[in-house]
Amino acid sequence: MNEAVLLCLIPALPLVGFLLTGLLGKKLGRGLSSWIGTLTVAASFGLALTLFIAHPDGFAASGLGIQLFDWIPAAGLTIAFGLMLDPLSLIMTLVITGIGFLIHLYSIGYMKHDEGAPRFFSFLNLFVFSMLLLVLADNYALMFVGWEGVGLCSYLLIGFWFTKDEYNAAAVKAFVMNRIGDLGFLLGLFVMVATFGSLSFGEVFAKAGAMEAGAPALTLITLMLFVGAVGKSAQIPLYTWLPDAMAGPTPVSALIHAATMVTAGIYMVIRSHVLYDLAPIALTVISVVGLATAIWAGLIALSQRDIKKVLAYSTVSQLGFMFLTLGVGAYSTGYFHVFTHAFFKALLFLAAGSVIHALSGEQDIRKMGGLAKKLPITYITFLVGTLAISGIPPFAGFFSKDAILAAVYARSPLLWGLSIFAAFLTAFYMGRLFILVFHSKDRTTKGVHPHESPWTMTVPLIVLALGSTAAGFLGMPAVFGVPDWMAGFLAPSAGEYAVGLEEGTEWLLMGISTVVVLCGFIFAVLKYGPGKVVPTEDKKTRGPVRWSLRKFRVDEFYDALIVKPLFALSSWLFGTANDRGIDGVVRGTAGLVAWVGGRVRLLQTGNIVFYLFAMTLGVIVIAAVAALG
Amino acid sequence: MDFSTLTLEIGAAALALILLVVGLFLPDGKKGQVGIVAALGFAFLLVLSFLAPGSKGPFFMGQYMNDGISVLFKQIFILGSLLVTLMSLRFTRRFEDARGEFYVLLAFSLVGMMGMAGATDFLTLYIALELMSIPLVVLTAFEKGSMRSTEAGMKYVLLGAMSSAILLFGLSFLYGAAGSFGYGAVMAALTGGQTGPLVVIGGIFALAGLAFKVAAVPFHMWSPDIYEGAPVPVTAFLAVASKAAGFAALLRFFPVVLVPLGLGMTTLIVLIAALSMVLGNLTAIPQTNIKRMLAWSSIAHAGYMLLGVMVASFAGAAALVYYLLVYLFANVGAFAAVTAWSELSGSDEISSFKGMWKKSPLISTVFIVSLLSLAGIPPAAGFIGKFFLFVEVAHKGYLWLVALALVMSVVSLYYYVSVIKTLVSEAPEGETSKADIPLALRAVMLVSAVSTVVLGVLPGPVMGYIRNILSTLSS
Repeated sequence: MNEAVLLCLIPALPLVGFLLTGLLGKKLGRGLSSWIGTLTVAASFGLALTLFIAHPDGFAASGLGIQLFDWIPAAGLTIAFGLMLDPLSLIMTLVITGIGFLIHLYSIGYMKHDEGAPRFFSFLNLFVFSMLLLVLADNYALMFVGWEGVGLCSYLLIGFWFTKDEYNAAAVKAFVMNRIGDLGFLLGLFVMVATFGSLSFGEVFAKAGAMEAGAPALTLITLMLFVGAVGKSAQIPLYTWLPDAMAGPTPVSALIHAATMVTAGIYMVIRSHVLYDLAPIALTVISVVGLATAIWAGLIALSQRDIKKVLAYSTVSQLGFMFLTLGVGAYSTGYFHVFTHAFFKALLFLAAGSVIHALSGEQDIRKMGGLAKKLPITYITFLVGTLAISGIPPFAGFFSKDAILAAVYARSPLLWGLSIFAAFLTAFYMGRLFILVFHSKDRTTKGVHPHESPWTMTVPLIVLALGSTAAGFLGMPAVFGVPDWMAGFLAPSAGEYAVGLEEGTEWLLMGISTVVVLCGFIFAVLKYGPGKVVPTEDKKTRGPVRWSLRKFRVDEFYDALIVKPLFALSSWLFGTANDRGIDGVVRGTAGLVAWVGGRVRLLQTGNIVFYLFAMTLGVIVIAAVAALG
Repeated sequence: MDFSTLTLEIGAAALALILLVVGLFLPDGKKGQVGIVAALGFAFLLVLSFLAPGSKGPFFMGQYMNDGISVLFKQIFILGSLLVTLMSLRFTRRFEDARGEFYVLLAFSLVGMMGMAGATDFLTLYIALELMSIPLVVLTAFEKGSMRSTEAGMKYVLLGAMSSAILLFGLSFLYGAAGSFGYGAVMAALTGGQTGPLVVIGGIFALAGLAFKVAAVPFHMWSPDIYEGAPVPVTAFLAVASKAAGFAALLRFFPVVLVPLGLGMTTLIVLIAALSMVLGNLTAIPQTNIKRMLAWSSIAHAGYMLLGVMVASFAGAAALVYYLLVYLFANVGAFAAVTAWSELSGSDEISSFKGMWKKSPLISTVFIVSLLSLAGIPPAAGFIGKFFLFVEVAHKGYLWLVALALVMSVVSLYYYVSVIKTLVSEAPEGETSKADIPLALRAVMLVSAVSTVVLGVLPGPVMGYIRNILSTLSS
């Protein structure tokens, strides 16, 4: 078959799955719709793999593109509905469909007893479709549709699932926060239209290449796009939605955190690296924001009690690492961490889901402990995930984190020092989580009998654990004498990058980071190991721990700074428009408008005399403005 | 004079008269069938508007014009009338008497709207505007037994009279300056150097009168009260068709005063648009009644659409027409859902939506699609509509205005999503009665929701059609 057709089928199949399970879900029944949902994603993965095997260089030469139809025919700016495959989008597609498939498979077991399974799978499929559209789009407008689509789907998956108010509030928060970021993205697009007169990648990059580095338009565009990335990828200051979005079912969390959604921001920056290379200010901003987020979220993760919240903050922190790397210009290195992170974060979330499933919905780590023997597969796989995310050799996270640290060191030893601190935090909170869940004293609620999960749940765990072990070998640093496949593969899309450190320095950096990570583990063992305290009651926490537990009160801060004033403003406007506010003024001048026959008493809110008065006033004011202007 | 220019106007007027007669001949128990005849008539007109939109050109010594703009707007009006008629079939059955008149009034109002789209002369414009408004007043007060409805009608009369007075006042000044009623002649005279304060004041007052019709700030105050008081289908008609008619008239009238007054007029429209976006969206947030909320949201949308008028170009007009179409389907969908739901629950308060998702996935889905479209979330059509509009504004160099519009559309998301949040949350107590939705209403909901998605995913064909009509029929 024609390769372009295969390319179209990759996103089309999950869309078909969405329509089938969405429209006919009730007739198909739970089992059948679950499998339809899962197999469509599996088929997409198969197609992507076929294309990859046929072109191991990922269509490096010119990419595989197809333009299906003219999508938005605006005057002087026609945007095609075009898909494009190049090394970057190909590897993203493989990750999305591959890990997405495992998560679907896992969900079959997880959602077995749930009536709403068809709807759940239809939304999952829509989620995968949106994400594929995002990475396969050959222009920014279509990318934006996928971008909004994943936001919408995460809203549906979090909010529709639970009809209770608190979950719903989390869903609304996630949606609105994302939209604040999207606002930046859209503004960037409009500036792009005004600057380049186009939104297609090829044209924009070609025209940007001809511009001078540091041109104000480029800086503006890249910063605006980065605001979008901040929202989607949960960076400071728009990160608070992601941990709240944990309210959704665990497979959704895994999907959001590992394969889709949050990596969209990273993908977009790498995709636009031509623009970013020409905007040094934007790159500096990215690295600062990334590093700050890595440390900040790490600090919050130290004392969270919800197993999923710890993982959520760790995602925020890891995303911070990735942005830091993009900020120093090491795009392919940043992507490498996305790639390995997809494996171990999906693994950790699904394993956490297995724990929650085993404990009949318990998420508080103070009520866990001693689960190692009862959940052996979950235990081992979670251990692999912990080692991988902390960066213990030879697990995947070691190589990607090491590459990041080397790239950061090459730019600035100070940044490197701070990053090492963030890496230490990672090891500490992951160690803490691991000990409190699987070792330490059994604190589970009486009457709960933990049991290992069914095969559809454990198989994905095992596969992901293998991936978390091996994925790192694809991007080994040069000092090992093995070619860095990842950097070479991505170079056509993400640009060439070489660390340029001396061999000795690299070995030294690796050694230091490994020692630091081990120190993190040792601290965790000392604090939470055998015979030590488990996290105390909320009231008893003091000082910095309390601040960390309360997430530095950022939510409250936003509430006071933005939400409350906005509400106050709109109520005030409502009041004045509703004859409560200015009514007194009108009453004072009622003599002027007595021709209506005095004040008309009305049932409804709203006073005609006032309306007429305000209208006249409006005309006068506008006339005055026009006369003066 | 080539009367085929007026094919659609004559058709609509004839339909109104036919409905009047049909109503007389139907026995008392069956007067509701006027609605079905009306629906068929509107459908016929809609088909006719594609097959034979009337010959192009001016009519009656330049007082009237049939060109691309008027044909497109007429199609929007007819479509709106058709959908509103289908929505109303169940509603009008509630009344003992006067059911047929509902549709007669609708048809006469349609004739007035068509006139507003075609008028190229101050007098014609004014007559068309009154022909549209007076039936609307009666429709607003149609629920004679309801105090709210009657009161809303009365408010509409008073405020409408005021706005007409302002408009006429402005037009008289322009006449005084130019010595003519015809747009072309006025424009020529004003360009010729007549730009004193007479013209400034005249232009401002005339624009203010039209801004009332589209419910833009600060001439918006009537709309929340009247939207709330009027019967839901009438509210939908006001929100969709009457607003579109206002834009049709603005689109023609604005260039007349724009050329002589230049930047001043543009600044004025930008100001009104910005105010409408800000005030409309912010005030929609605390609303507890869905009709009031949609009224404030429609004020905000008037702000977005005024940007299309401000651009004053071919592409701007095309974007505006597309936006109106998108806005039509989204509003009709939302109001149809409200109609269906209030039949069930007897309330149009947002708090009564709890449990809607469980009780009727159809109503909820249509509602959600419509609200997402109004909020501008892809793949719903609202996104594309905004995109077309804002690209033109960006081309024109008003990037700050685009930024403001985008910020306000994020704000708007808050109240739209709050409604969605309410309708998916659980009902306070478990009632299990299934939704009984009349077939016609069901059809309206499905057509609106499907059109909203199609216009969002495949905007090409419709936009192509709009451009084609605009360019081939342009004068």
